[in-house]
Amino acid sequence: MSFAWAKPYQPKSELGRWFDDRLPLPRLVYGAIGGGYPVPRNLNYGWNFGILSGLFLTIQIVTGIVLAMHYYASADGAFNSVEHIMRDVNAGWMLRYAHANGASFFFIVVYIHIFRGLFYGSYKAPRELIWMLGLVIYLLMMATAFMGYVLPWGQMSYWGAQVITGFFSAIPVVGEPIRVWLLGGFVPDQAALTRFFSLHYLMPFVIAGVVILHIWSLHIPGSGNPTGVDVRTEQDTLPFHPFYTAKDGWFVGLFLILYCAVLFFAPNALGHPDNYIPANPLATPAHIVPEWYFLPFYAILKAFTLDFILPAKLWGVLAMFGSILLLFFLPWLDRSPVRSGHYRPVFKRFYLLLVVDVLILGWAGGATPTAAVIAISQLASAYYFAHFLIILPLISKFERPLPLPSSISASVLHGEKQESAPYGLAKTAPVAAE
Amino acid sequence: MATLEQVDPASTQDDGIRRRDFINVAAVSFAGVGAAAVVLPLVGQMSPSADVLALASTEVDISKIASGQAVKTSWRKQPVFIRNLTAPEIAAAKKVAMSELRDPQSLAERTKPGKENWLITLGVCTHLGCVPLGTGEGENRGDFGGYFCPCHGSHYDTAARIRKGPAPTNLVVPEYAFTSDTVVTIG
Repeated sequence: MSFAWAKPYQPKSELGRWFDDRLPLPRLVYGAIGGGYPVPRNLNYGWNFGILSGLFLTIQIVTGIVLAMHYYASADGAFNSVEHIMRDVNAGWMLRYAHANGASFFFIVVYIHIFRGLFYGSYKAPRELIWMLGLVIYLLMMATAFMGYVLPWGQMSYWGAQVITGFFSAIPVVGEPIRVWLLGGFVPDQAALTRFFSLHYLMPFVIAGVVILHIWSLHIPGSGNPTGVDVRTEQDTLPFHPFYTAKDGWFVGLFLILYCAVLFFAPNALGHPDNYIPANPLATPAHIVPEWYFLPFYAILKAFTLDFILPAKLWGVLAMFGSILLLFFLPWLDRSPVRSGHYRPVFKRFYLLLVVDVLILGWAGGATPTAAVIAISQLASAYYFAHFLIILPLISKFERPLPLPSSISASVLHGEKQESAPYGLAKTAPVAAE
Repeated sequence: MATLEQVDPASTQDDGIRRRDFINVAAVSFAGVGAAAVVLPLVGQMSPSADVLALASTEVDISKIASGQAVKTSWRKQPVFIRNLTAPEIAAAKKVAMSELRDPQSLAERTKPGKENWLITLGVCTHLGCVPLGTGEGENRGDFGGYFCPCHGSHYDTAARIRKGPAPTNLVVPEYAFTSDTVVTIG
């Protein structure tokens, strides 16, 4: 893997050589995140969010393992054990808030990571598998987050479990038996809580496994870059260490400050007060909504109100899952050979529209379902699907992309004249790089 | 393959099936049946256990429910609505044409003969399983005076039939019987 000019690992000490001969782990690390991994020199901050995702996965695993030492998955005691963690366990409040807000931050960085990929065409050949493995990670994350949210056994936990397992009852004939089988009862109860806890503990390690595949497949072609132009010469790259370890390091610090600001000053801002009420199987909260990171999908689910061949409920569930499964086909829906949105004037505009559309869906998912909100979520859902199924294929057929730079280094190094007077500060009009 | 047969012509019998093929199929089948036998309990353990299934029936005293009132009770840990319909509510439910209904059922089909005022249904919205509002005093009963589900806005009428919103079917009528004039056994 990697480029011809990648530096091979050279042990610095006798002990290092001894170890490397027997288990080439230092070699693996050096070639993956050390000086032996050449990375395009022009990466912008959009490329920091992969590392950040890994950081928040680690935070979740570490805080989760510790929380599991104090939590007990019993329908009678789960809620109280969470309160016990909050009030009595030493630093328990911090660990729980770190875990709850860590989930939100994990989704924030993953969403930025995904939209980075959508803009820069990171899903295009030869990186289709990286994209698809990423979607698998995203689906696993959603399942894990959902099951974790059930564990405190508050009102939102309980009714979230009821609604989400209710998706399965939309499947004709076998749906209801599948739901009962998944829950181990007719409603969420002890059986459901215990199995959710078991799986919630397991899934992060499955995610970590898929992350390894994701990075492995990334390191075959190497990272993409903002121009979307392939790496040609050694001039186009920098060794990962020290250049990107340094850049990632300071950005991790910046993001941890943001995270701590929320964790310590607004730890409940992203949660729902109703989840501090113990689960009550006989009363649904007046306004039941999922966590913020599921809201766009919730809006798509709610957008279907009319039966059309299939029942409305089944359409809603199919559309909701379809909205993610669709992304698996993205490399073949967008046929444009140009990767980066910077060189695709028409694509760039529709990309911005998609971002706005997803934000509208998120708002509609959280709003009370009045006639107006439902109409808006129907329009926004329709646009979401139209973007991927109609607009993208048409753009890639008719759009005339801008000329690409001849190489990565040409795009960043503009020659002595412009380097000395960047951003058009020169008196004479700067000439584009040759 | 040809070279193999030259090496050991004795292994090929008259019907063209080699002894090795038989052993392969037999060994894999044996392991397959064994694997299936292991998977069955692993899958089956997730179905409702005996103690969950044991909560099969509930008796409810309905003597205190005045006309127009409703109560919420619990059966198999699911909420059940017992509602004493008023005369205008019964009339409203009967007036609706079958063709207007998403899940056509008459009030008579959803109640017991002679007990038309007792509407007993599961309090589980058929959309995604929330508990609809409308049993308590002053709760939103939706556009049709029955029940209203706050989660995704499904409206049920006074026979608990779906009239508007995403739910596909009427509220489920559980199996029940009047053991006396004032006691009903659900399940």
